[in-house]
Amino acid sequence: MSETIGSGPVLAADGTPLKRSLQRSLRLQKLRALLLIAPLLAFILITFIAPIADMLFRSVENEIVSETLPQTVKLLDADGPSAPIVPGNETFSALYVDLYVAVKNKEHTRLGSRLNYEQTGVSSLFRKSGRRVRRLDVEIYKNQFLDVDPAWGEVTTWLTLMEDAKVHKALPQTMWAFSAWLDDVIEDGDKPEEEKLEDYIFVALYNDLSAVSDKAVSRDLINKTASAVGGFETVDFKSAFAKFDKDWHNEDVWKTLRVYSPPYTEGYFLNAVDLQKEFEGYSVRPENERIYGTLFMRTLFMSLIITGCAILLGYPIAWLMSNRPMREANLLMIMVLLPFWTSLLVRTSAWKVMLQQQGVINDTLVWLNIIDEAGRLVLINNQFGTIVAMTHILLPFMVLPLYSVMRTIPVSYTRAAKSLGATNWTAFWRVYFPLSVPGIGAGSILVFILSIGYYITPEIVGGTSGTFISNRIAYHISSSLNWGLAAALGSILLLVVLLLYWVYDRIVGIDNVKLGG
Amino acid sequence: MSKSKQKPIVASQQQIAGSGAFFAGLFGFLFGMTQEMPLIGIAGGIVAGAIVAFLASKYIPTKRLAQLMSVILGGLLGYVQSQVTGAIVGAVFGWTFMWFVYWVATGEYRRRLPSYATPWQVIWHHSFVVLCWAIFLFLITPIIVVMPLSFNAENFFTFTPEMLNFDPAGYSLKHYQDFLTNSDWQSALKNSFLIAPVATLISVSLGTLAAIGLSQPFVPFRRAIMAILISPMIMPLIISAAGMYFFYSRVGLQGTYLGVVLAHAALGIPFVIITVTATLIGFDRSLTRAAASLGANPITTFFRVQMPLILPGVVSGGLFAFITSFDEVVVVLFVGSAGQKTLPWQMFTGLREQISPTILAVATILVALSILMLTTLELLRRRSEKLRGMTPAKSAVKQTAEWRMSVAGGKP
Amino acid sequence: MEKTGIKVINDESSAEAVAKLRAMDEAGNVTWDLVDVVAADAIRLCDEGLAMEIDHDEVLAKAPDGTPASKDFGDLIVSQCFIPQIVYSTTFGYRTDLVGDKKPTSVCAVFDTKTWPGKRSLEKRPINNMEWALICDGVAKDEVYDVLATPEGQERALKKLDTIKDDVIWWSAGADTPQLLADGEIVMGSTYNGRLFSVIEEQKQPVAMLWDAQVFDLDGWIVPAGLSPERKARVMDYLKFATDTQRLADQAKYISYGPARKSSAPLVGKHADLGIDMAPHMPTDPNNAKNTFLYNYEFWADYRDDIDAKFQAWLAK
Repeated sequence: MSETIGSGPVLAADGTPLKRSLQRSLRLQKLRALLLIAPLLAFILITFIAPIADMLFRSVENEIVSETLPQTVKLLDADGPSAPIVPGNETFSALYVDLYVAVKNKEHTRLGSRLNYEQTGVSSLFRKSGRRVRRLDVEIYKNQFLDVDPAWGEVTTWLTLMEDAKVHKALPQTMWAFSAWLDDVIEDGDKPEEEKLEDYIFVALYNDLSAVSDKAVSRDLINKTASAVGGFETVDFKSAFAKFDKDWHNEDVWKTLRVYSPPYTEGYFLNAVDLQKEFEGYSVRPENERIYGTLFMRTLFMSLIITGCAILLGYPIAWLMSNRPMREANLLMIMVLLPFWTSLLVRTSAWKVMLQQQGVINDTLVWLNIIDEAGRLVLINNQFGTIVAMTHILLPFMVLPLYSVMRTIPVSYTRAAKSLGATNWTAFWRVYFPLSVPGIGAGSILVFILSIGYYITPEIVGGTSGTFISNRIAYHISSSLNWGLAAALGSILLLVVLLLYWVYDRIVGIDNVKLGG
Repeated sequence: MSKSKQKPIVASQQQIAGSGAFFAGLFGFLFGMTQEMPLIGIAGGIVAGAIVAFLASKYIPTKRLAQLMSVILGGLLGYVQSQVTGAIVGAVFGWTFMWFVYWVATGEYRRRLPSYATPWQVIWHHSFVVLCWAIFLFLITPIIVVMPLSFNAENFFTFTPEMLNFDPAGYSLKHYQDFLTNSDWQSALKNSFLIAPVATLISVSLGTLAAIGLSQPFVPFRRAIMAILISPMIMPLIISAAGMYFFYSRVGLQGTYLGVVLAHAALGIPFVIITVTATLIGFDRSLTRAAASLGANPITTFFRVQMPLILPGVVSGGLFAFITSFDEVVVVLFVGSAGQKTLPWQMFTGLREQISPTILAVATILVALSILMLTTLELLRRRSEKLRGMTPAKSAVKQTAEWRMSVAGGKP
Repeated sequence: MEKTGIKVINDESSAEAVAKLRAMDEAGNVTWDLVDVVAADAIRLCDEGLAMEIDHDEVLAKAPDGTPASKDFGDLIVSQCFIPQIVYSTTFGYRTDLVGDKKPTSVCAVFDTKTWPGKRSLEKRPINNMEWALICDGVAKDEVYDVLATPEGQERALKKLDTIKDDVIWWSAGADTPQLLADGEIVMGSTYNGRLFSVIEEQKQPVAMLWDAQVFDLDGWIVPAGLSPERKARVMDYLKFATDTQRLADQAKYISYGPARKSSAPLVGKHADLGIDMAPHMPTDPNNAKNTFLYNYEFWADYRDDIDAKFQAWLAK
């Protein structure tokens, strides 16, 4: 486009400069296109991309520990590196407050189940302790505070303290414990003023006051009490917990608590690659617990074999189809498309019928006397069954792109090669095959991506040796309830797929899917 | 039986006898195996095959007559050996035997080959074709096997002796009856038909709109948007299922009808996008301009001009989306709850828990359905070509490739 | 599984119910009123805060003689959230025609592939299998869990299982073993006793029970936490009816699972269709219950994750 001749820009019919007019119309076009796309994009983002993002988030989320035991976690975080693993009475006292509230909200066993994934036995430790914590007698705290000032027994005193931000800062544990009590009372539909304050609040008060006794809060009640708590008679929570269960003095339990106290953890990802996060750092899982490495390798390896089988079987028939007249090719195409259009479960059940020991293949072999009754082959519930069934199921995904590429290779090329003296093999290998490689590439990546995520077929025909990583993901979602680990395994798989997706985009082009290789 | 089709016999007598010996020898070997005397089978097959082939080519005037006679002979011998089954096997063998003999005798086997091909090249070519047919057989057999088994009178997944003897007592419709009367299957069927159409409607309406947007000449971030919209198709189902399960349970959609519909709609969208954009590529923009210049507003233009032309693409995209939802099991297994149990889910449970041929009856019905769908799609494709003014002869190759690749992008 | 209470005993969906219930709870929208689960799942649901704690005496009907429900169920109330319905057992069945002249009498026959060659089926999980392996490796019955709590003990059990690994078909659905037995694909296999009952008595297959070292387990109801008061009232009404002495005894008319109430035991009658006495087929019948285990809920709640990881790693090897 050369610039305008003469003075001033070219004007459009309405008098605006043509350039601007064109730009505006282009902008309008872009906007219109985006407006048309927007509803679907929003839909996909909400129904599909958000779930994937949520899965990624779940694979690192670990808020349950700091939410269930906030006071304990706070103290543990404050510990220096040289602090003893099993903390002192002060932390146990905070743990008592935490646990008491957790038991009231029925959250302690849930935390136990969570930590049990990392340390065997924590589940029953929390369940057992939960029962005993409620029964532990800590009335003396309340009595002693009431002795110092009876105002501590009035709910109204507490409600006024609640409104003071400085008190919140000075007595965090107390305020947290009191508001937990308050929430509980309100939830039950009772009036706070008419209810009796529970003992654990006073344990929290004691914990706070004994820690901040030197810092002055501008309230007489608190100052007065703070100077008195030094002489209080206390409960030895550390040995009380040991009496609940001796595991509370076990270093392993506390190491686990310390390692998993942050709200986000890489622990699930480490588990997903057969490592573990320990107090001392990362380490490899003991050999008899390593499984995910094996499963990932098996999934990739078997997907490779399946892809290979699909190439081996798909290439000849795609070639045959592309070298026959259209009418014949269409007939052959139906034979490829029919299984492709048939329900996945139908095909999987068909393979069950074919491969089982009393199945069609074994029956035929017995009938032909190739094997005898006792020597029926085990073709199902192993890797062989999975490979056969999945190759069958995924074969059309290989044949179709191959066919669409081979259709475009002119016959004259190989003829020319032969007329120049090439043997059949050379003509094929040096001329035809390189031209068909894009089809192999597209088909292979498609088959590979699909097969590493397969769940149904390995589940039904895979037995124990033919299962994939996806079966394990499903197991952790629905059976062991270790959703974090399931999410981590899924995220790793996602990463592999995205990588392949990118490669696919390079070879075929995502916005070019329809053009056929 | 017209005489013009009758091809003259060009092969030598040795070749004819040899072909008969080869084919019958092969069969004799298989038959011998079942009787535990393969060698005798081979020898008998070779001798008998050679003689019969020789006599047939020499004394029987037409191929048809020869085939008819060998079918009858094979059938009779088979019946003597093992009743109905044997008769059928024998008849089929007789037919193919004569076909093979004449295929060789009339030189038909060299039809596709250049006249200078050496015998080895001929053999190589034909073994390659046989191999290809074996692969096609591999593709199709499992589906063929399922169908007769669904008529099994027993509750087994295997062929009973009665079935193999074509005894009517070995067959029954009871598994179909079970499917039609069992409340589990019926509610599963109902759920499938409640979920799939609604999911299809969502994906088709949103997808068509977006496809039109995507095929505008200037679309910012086209590649990125396309990648996001296609991603549900490429993502392994287990990842989609896990993500949706986690997220939908956070927002209260897990275990609800709406949740399953939304999930299935998301899975169906890529198919609509792909098929509709493929149709739009061949769409002549001057048509809408012409409509606009004649005074039609954009909405009228869309419904009166554009829509009828891209309708085949929209419908086939819709079919894909429908089948995706109708056939989907992994996502519904996680996102759904007992109230949304669909047909594939029921089949999955059935396969894992009790092995009942009712599953095979359902399978047969589904295969019939998919043949129906396949025909519909093929007809739509042809119509689409005609509407877009493409002469099938010229662009059929490209069109098939296009459409087929969109299939290949296809069903996970 | 929903409020009408279709009884899907030992159905796979029991395990999935836990996950589904957790998802519903996370969404704050529990659509189930009553869930039929095995005891181990009830304990997990209770732990997760997904099941409601129940005062058994208040909710459930008294026995006809006035014994309060908590006494009538006795120690089968393994969790405050759980209302037991039936006692079933996981035990072995064998093909009488395939085992030869010497009939197996002890669970260790499973590990003796010399005397009884052929395939066996075991459940694809460590629970029960580990215990049986240890017993047959010479561990005394009352020490099994002490041994199994140690890494060496777990190793030992897996080593014992390793000796028959090639002969095992692993099942995951209760219908698998009966099917495999009926097809003659295995000589013996573990499954729920009720399933074996129907193979033997209803389908008349040549199969016999091997009651030795059967493991008792419980199946029953839980009520999801957080139901609205109306729904809760309706559910409690139903529960009171469905778990009274007569109703529990009636269940035994259809399948050989023992009623969870002591007071129901004398009321167990004949099979509804076959007309045979059901009492001798109950896992709790003195002739059958000579050597039994009770599923150790507390142990497996703790060790499930750990041992399962090892077990799966062993399986994948």
